[in-house]
Amino acid sequence: MSERFEPVIIGFTCNWCSYRAADMAGMGRIQYAPNVRLIRLMCSGRLDPTFVIKAFAGGADGVLVSGCHPGDCHYIEQNYKAMRRFYLLRKLLAQMGIEPARLKLLWASAAEGQLFAEEVTKFTEEVRALGPLNWNPEAALLSEQVLYRQPAEVAA
Amino acid sequence: MSKERIGVYICHCGSNIAGTVDVVEVARWAGETLKERGVVVSRDYKFMCSSLGQELIQKDIKEQGLTRVVVAACSPHLHEQTFRNACKEGGLNPYLCELVSIREQCSWIHSDKAVGTEKAKAIVSGGVEKVIWNEPLEPLRVPINPVTLVVGGGIAGIQAALEIANSGYPVIMVEREPSIGGHMAQFDKTFPTLDCAACILTPRMVEVGSHPNVKLFSYAEVTNVSGYVGNFQVTIKQKARSVNTELCTGCGICQEKCPKKVVDPVFEAGLGYRKAIYTPFPQAVPKYPVIDRENCTYFLKGTCRACEKFCPTGAIDFTQQDEYFTFDVGQIIIATGWDLFDARRIPQYGYGRLANVFTSLEFERLSNAAGPTGGKIVLRDGVTVPKSVAIIHCVGSRDRNYNPYCSAICCMQSLKFAHIVRERTGAEVYNFYLEMRTPAKGYEEFYQRVLEEGTHFIRGKVAEITDAARYPGEEGKIIIQVENTLIGKQMRVPVDMVILSAALEPRRDFKEVARLFGISCSEEGWLIERHPKLDPVATMTEGIYIAGCAQGPKDIPASVAQGAAAAARVVGKIQQKEILMEPIRASIDQDKCSGCRICNNLCPFNAISFIEERMVSEVNPALCQGCGTCVAACPAGAISGTVFSDQAILAQLDGLLLKNVKVLDFTPA
Ligand SMILES: Cc1cc2nc3c(=O)[nH]c(=O)nc-3n(C[C@H](O)[C@H](O)[C@H](O)COP(=O)(O)OP(=O)(O)OC[C@H]3O[C@@H](n4cnc5c(N)ncnc54)[C@H](O)[C@@H]3O)c2cc1C
Ligand code: SF4
Ligand code: SF4
Ligand code: FES
Repeated sequence: MSERFEPVIIGFTCNWCSYRAADMAGMGRIQYAPNVRLIRLMCSGRLDPTFVIKAFAGGADGVLVSGCHPGDCHYIEQNYKAMRRFYLLRKLLAQMGIEPARLKLLWASAAEGQLFAEEVTKFTEEVRALGPLNWNPEAALLSEQVLYRQPAEVAA
Repeated sequence: MSKERIGVYICHCGSNIAGTVDVVEVARWAGETLKERGVVVSRDYKFMCSSLGQELIQKDIKEQGLTRVVVAACSPHLHEQTFRNACKEGGLNPYLCELVSIREQCSWIHSDKAVGTEKAKAIVSGGVEKVIWNEPLEPLRVPINPVTLVVGGGIAGIQAALEIANSGYPVIMVEREPSIGGHMAQFDKTFPTLDCAACILTPRMVEVGSHPNVKLFSYAEVTNVSGYVGNFQVTIKQKARSVNTELCTGCGICQEKCPKKVVDPVFEAGLGYRKAIYTPFPQAVPKYPVIDRENCTYFLKGTCRACEKFCPTGAIDFTQQDEYFTFDVGQIIIATGWDLFDARRIPQYGYGRLANVFTSLEFERLSNAAGPTGGKIVLRDGVTVPKSVAIIHCVGSRDRNYNPYCSAICCMQSLKFAHIVRERTGAEVYNFYLEMRTPAKGYEEFYQRVLEEGTHFIRGKVAEITDAARYPGEEGKIIIQVENTLIGKQMRVPVDMVILSAALEPRRDFKEVARLFGISCSEEGWLIERHPKLDPVATMTEGIYIAGCAQGPKDIPASVAQGAAAAARVVGKIQQKEILMEPIRASIDQDKCSGCRICNNLCPFNAISFIEERMVSEVNPALCQGCGTCVAACPAGAISGTVFSDQAILAQLDGLLLKNVKVLDFTPA
C-alpha cells in the first residue's frame, strides 16, 4: 500500500482549559489533523502515568497530555505535578524502548483553540515521521492488569 | 447473557454534524458492532437536545430498559446537563449518561466525511466503554453561607455590594486603598452625559460606608482564601492605619498640621501632593486617614508627632500593628479594576521627558475642580493656559507591540477631554485617532457634538512626539508627527500640550489575585468569565464572580451592569440556601492505604489528612474538589475518584483505540 501512515494519538485534556481549547478550535471551525482522540480528565494532575503506558500498549502511536498553563490550573498547581510526571515519563519511555518524542505536553488556555489545533497537527506530523509504534508491552515486562469489567448482570 | 443495556444516540445537529459525519452509518455501526458491549439501541436523530430528542431517550429507557445512555453530539460543556436531566426525568440516574463530542471534536474540525465518520465511531466506542463504568451518583448538597466578600471598592464593587446589602444580606468589602471609589473618584466629568463624577459617586460611597449590612475594610487586602463555594474562609489583612478608628472623627486637622508633603502617585496620578497622614480626597469613605509610614517623619526619624499633638480625640496610634481577620463567606465577587498603561514604554511619545505631555489620568486630575489646579487646565508650569492641545487615542492599545486589544473607553474619554479643553480654554484641539469607536447609547451623538464644537480630527497613528523644531512656528512647541491617512500626507502639528489616552491594562498584580482566588486570567491578565456571552460574570470556580474592568476594559455603565449582575447571581444562590455540586470526589480505601502519606501534601485544598490512630489517610469530601491528582499518585492504588475512575478512563482509552471491537469493519482514518 502506498497510503501514508496515519498515526493514532490519544490526547488527555483537562476539563477546564485544554478541553475547552479543543472546543474553541471546533467553534472556530479550525481544521486540524484527525488523528487525535481526546479523553477528558478533570485536571492534568489526574493523569496517572499508567494511562500513558496503557495507551501505547493499546496501540496508540503518540500521546498528548494537555492542561492549563502553569499558574492557571483550576486546582491551583496540579499541572506542575503533571509536568513533573511528564518528564519522568519521558525518561521511563526511553527505557522501555519508546521514543520520548511520542509523548507531548501542551499547555493550552481555554482561549487557545488555534494553538491547540496547530500543535496537534504538528505533533501528528512528528509522530508520523517516527512511524508506527507497534510496541510490545510484554517485552517491556509490564504486568497485564484486568482491563475490562464484564458488563454487570441486570437484576432480573 | 444479559448485560448492561446501553442506548446510543447520534445527533445530526442539523447539518453541523451530519455534514461531515455519516451519522446513519455511525448509528448502524454502533448498533451492530457494539452489541457485544451491551448496546441495545442505537439511533440517529436531527436534534438530540430538542425536547423530541430527549423524549426519544426517555421512551427507550422505559421501553427498552436502558441502564446506560451515550449521546454523541456537541461538547459536554454545552449539553451534558441537558442529557443528564433528560435521563433523570426518564428514571435513570443522571450520571449513567455520557455525552461525547463528535461536533467540536470531530465534524467541525474535519471536512472529509470518511475521516469524520471513522473518528466519530472511535469516539462513540470510547463513550460506550466508559459509560459501562459510570456509577449512579447523587449531586452533593452544600449549604451556602449568606455572607459575600466583595474585593475592590470601585464603582463595580460598590454597585455589587449595595445590591446585595439592599437585598438584606451581609457583605464584607475589602479595598486596598485608604478609601473606596476606585478610578471614578479621580474623574471630573463622565461621558457621555458629562455628569460630575463625584456627584453621582459619593452618595453611593457614603451608602456603602454607612450600610448596616456592609462591613468595610479599607487599606486592607485579602491574603488567603480556602474552602469552596458556599463555604470559603478568607483572611483579611488590615494594614496598620496608625489611626484608631474608634476615636477618629475624620475632622482632618491632622492632615492640615502634618508638615510632610509627598507626591501622590495614586489618587493624584503624580500630579499633586498629599500629606504623610492623609485621606486620598475629602469625601473619602471611610473618613479615617492613614499614616503613610514610608514617608512619615516620625517613622523615618523618630520625631515630629504633629498629628498626635493636634488630634482633638487622641486617635493617632503610632504603635498600631497590621491585623489579620478571618471570616467565613459563601461567595466572592472580584472587582479589582484596571491599571493605566505606562506611557513611558513608548519612548517616542516623550512622556516623562517632555514636560507638557500628560497621561489621561493626569488630565483627569488637572481638569478636576477638586484637583491640584482647582480644575484650571494649565501646562506643567502651573500657570500657562495652552492655546493648542493634541489628544492621542489608542496609546498602548490596538498595538501589537503593547496591547493588541481595544481599551474600549479611550475614544469616548478622548472626546470628553476635547470637549472639556475647548469649553474651558478655547484652545484648538486635535484628536489623533485610528478609528473612532463610539458604540453605545448616546456615544455617537456625543461624538457629533464634539465635531460640531470644532475639534480637529486627524486619522493616523502618531509616529513621534518631539520638541525638536524643524520649521518656523515650531519653536517652543511640541510637534506631533503623523501621517494623515485620510489624505495620505505626512503632517507636523505643533501644540502646547499633549494628552496620551493610555490603555486600560489588567491590574499589575493580576497573577497573584488570580492565584489567590483560584480563577484564571487571559494572556493579557483580564480575569476570565465562565462564558463570554452567556455567563459573563461567573468564573470557572463555583462561587466566585467577577465584575467591572477586572474582567476586561469597559466603561462605567457596563461596570455597574456587571456589578449588579454578579450581585443578582449571588443573591439567587443565597436564596436557594444550598447548592448542588458535581459529586466528583476522591476517596481512600482504608484497607488498601499503606499510610505512606504521599497524597497528603499533593492536595492543593488540604483535603487529605492523616489519621494517626489508624495510620491511614482520609479525604474530606467537603474540601476535595475532585482534581484527581491524589488518585493518580497513590502507589497503593488506594484512592479512587468518582466519575473519572481509573477503570472508566482506561475503558474509554480502549474504546477509543477500538480494542474491544471484534468485528473488523473498521478502517482507521
Ligand atoms: C482617563 C479615563 C477616563 C475615563 N472616563 C470615563 C467616563 O467618563 N465615563 C465612563 O463610563 N468610563 C470612564 N472611564 C472608564 C472607567 O474608569 C472604568 O469603567 C471604571 O473605573 C471601572 O470601574 P471598576 O470598579 O471596575 O474599577 P476601578 O475603578 O479600577 O476600581 C477598582 C478598585 O479595586 C481596588 N483594588 C484593586 N486591586 C485590589 C485588591 N487586590 N484588593 C483590594 N482592592 C483592590 C482599587 O483600589 C479600586 O478601588 C475612564 C477611564 C480612563 C482611563
Ligand atoms: S498515597 Fe495512597 S497509600 Fe499513601 S497515604 Fe495516600 S491513600 Fe494512603
Ligand atoms: S482529588 Fe485528591 S488531590 Fe484533588 S482535591 Fe480531591 S483530595 Fe485533593
Ligand atoms: S485544571 Fe487544567 S491543568 Fe489542572
